[in-house]
Amino acid sequence: MNYYIGIDIGSTCAKTVVLDENKTLLLHLVQPTGWSSVDTALAIQRELREAGFDPEQLPCVATGYGRISVPFADKTVTEITCHGRGAALLHGGEELTVIDIGGQDTKIIRVEGGMVKDFVMNDKCSAGTGRFLEVMANTLALRPDALCDLARRGGGTSISSMCTVFAESEVISLIGRGEKKENIAYAVVDSIVKKVASQARRLEGSPGRVCLTGGLCSCAYVRDALSIELRTEVAACPEGRYAGALGAALSAFSIRGKNV
Amino acid sequence: MTQSLPESFAEFGEARQKGFLRVKEIKEQGGKVAGVFCTFTPLEILDTAGITPVSLCGMSDETIPAAEAHLPKNLCPLIKSSYGFAVSDKCPYTYFSDLIVGETTCDGKKKMYELLGKLKDTYILHLPQGIAGDDALEFWTRELRRFITYLEDRFQVRLTDAALRQAARVRNEERAARLELMELQALTPPPAFGYDIYKTLEGLGFCFDRQEAIDKVRSLTAQLRADYDAGKRPVSPHAKRILVTGCPIGGVLDKTVRALEEKGGVAVCFENCSGIKAMHQMVDTEAEDIVQAIARRYLSIGCAVMTPDSRRMALLKELLQTFRVDGVVEIDLQACTPYCVESFWIRQAAEAAGVPYLALETDYSQADGGQLSTRLEAFLEILE
Repeated sequence: MNYYIGIDIGSTCAKTVVLDENKTLLLHLVQPTGWSSVDTALAIQRELREAGFDPEQLPCVATGYGRISVPFADKTVTEITCHGRGAALLHGGEELTVIDIGGQDTKIIRVEGGMVKDFVMNDKCSAGTGRFLEVMANTLALRPDALCDLARRGGGTSISSMCTVFAESEVISLIGRGEKKENIAYAVVDSIVKKVASQARRLEGSPGRVCLTGGLCSCAYVRDALSIELRTEVAACPEGRYAGALGAALSAFSIRGKNV
Repeated sequence: MTQSLPESFAEFGEARQKGFLRVKEIKEQGGKVAGVFCTFTPLEILDTAGITPVSLCGMSDETIPAAEAHLPKNLCPLIKSSYGFAVSDKCPYTYFSDLIVGETTCDGKKKMYELLGKLKDTYILHLPQGIAGDDALEFWTRELRRFITYLEDRFQVRLTDAALRQAARVRNEERAARLELMELQALTPPPAFGYDIYKTLEGLGFCFDRQEAIDKVRSLTAQLRADYDAGKRPVSPHAKRILVTGCPIGGVLDKTVRALEEKGGVAVCFENCSGIKAMHQMVDTEAEDIVQAIARRYLSIGCAVMTPDSRRMALLKELLQTFRVDGVVEIDLQACTPYCVESFWIRQAAEAAGVPYLALETDYSQADGGQLSTRLEAFLEILE
């Protein structure tokens, strides 16, 4: 049996997967990226070895913003290509629109036949990204996932500022006004969802199935709110946060000379 | 990556710096200098008046803080940088300019020129907003005549038709020479990296003797051709062929074009300002009315300040074929309304031609270098 390793060093978390030649997911790891991508990569190497998968011996592809800091990777592929390919593996379908809400950027990727055809990303702004959610959750003294859960129970409030710094002041004044926490949480998620949805509409043409990957895919409320905003069912699965790493492992299939 | 390229490439790259001294000499010898910003500036008219045109387009973020004392933050970096150079006295070209010539192109520039007018003698040529019908040509021709009269009065010179024709012949020759260099890139693989071609074209603007500029670009073209025929191949035959379009990119060349070429692509065609867009039209030097012929030539530049901008769409379609383009990369400057909005049509045109399209919006800071490079790399992965 041949094995393939994919490592996605994101701005917040590092995700690692091992696939066998039937594309079955054998192992997945996640850890905070921390301040040094190289240290993170070495920690991943140790964990992989303990699990019996030596990345020096097996085909290994790195992706994510820290991809160049993985000394034992055979090659690097961008997170855009990897997220597209990984999402196609998870969700199938000939045509797929992937929404990846990442730590520092949000990507909308169109995939056809398992390959990336087109993509758009946010420009120099953290609105509609995981970072926006993190900052707001911090202000509300909540964990990001708790903020998402709370949002479902709220409503009736909105944040109009698209700039994270100004939106934070807006949240602070809402707190000062005595607005309920769930209503503020609702406004935060609503702001992200609207921004992401308008970005998704930039990729015209038949969207096929739509799926959500990245750190926010385990937040059921984000997925539901996106489904309503985009007027189509947005699919998500628990492995969604590993989409980038899965795509990297799939890219490792083309590396010759390691597995025999 | 420039190792195997002709040495004259480096010379063009340095032209902007060396040009300072040349301009100083011109001034010391009693010559006049006009600072210009745009490809719509009728160069042959300045040539005929014996005035040396020099580009003042700001390409660095160094002077942006100075500009933001007067200009809004959310404005195109080229406009802010250019104004910043003028207001902070950091640009010798601006300093040496006897006159600044601007056109009513985009709103940002138009309004910036008003402020610039407080610091420097500034003359504004009014462009029509579209090219349809005869009215536009008549209007623009009248503007050029008004400009000629202004120059004649102000500098006590006489701009004869014969002299205008001669100046147009020389400018046409230079345009043709530049085109020959750009068209070499249609070869597979192209004989040079786009970065070096762009730097060469940019450097030519800082060579103030037209005949010298023509000779230099011709000899570079000849040398590239000879090297190519001798089997030199600095660019991989597998490099994906990219057409670059959008805003002027002098200030963002490293984080866009250089990044693209380091990731395995090659810019085979620049459709934007310093590239083919403003170079492929010639003045009809035999026309009965030479001023109108000059006006007609400039009016046919497909710039997003025109509505509709049908010339840009038509040219793009042609270039995609001529240069056998694998992908279109549009590079727009932040807050450039005409180009950022028009990118909608460019995406549509590229898709209709079956060519993948990527739009990047950036400014003169270095903050987004990593993001831009990832996007370009991902775009090249799509083209694989």
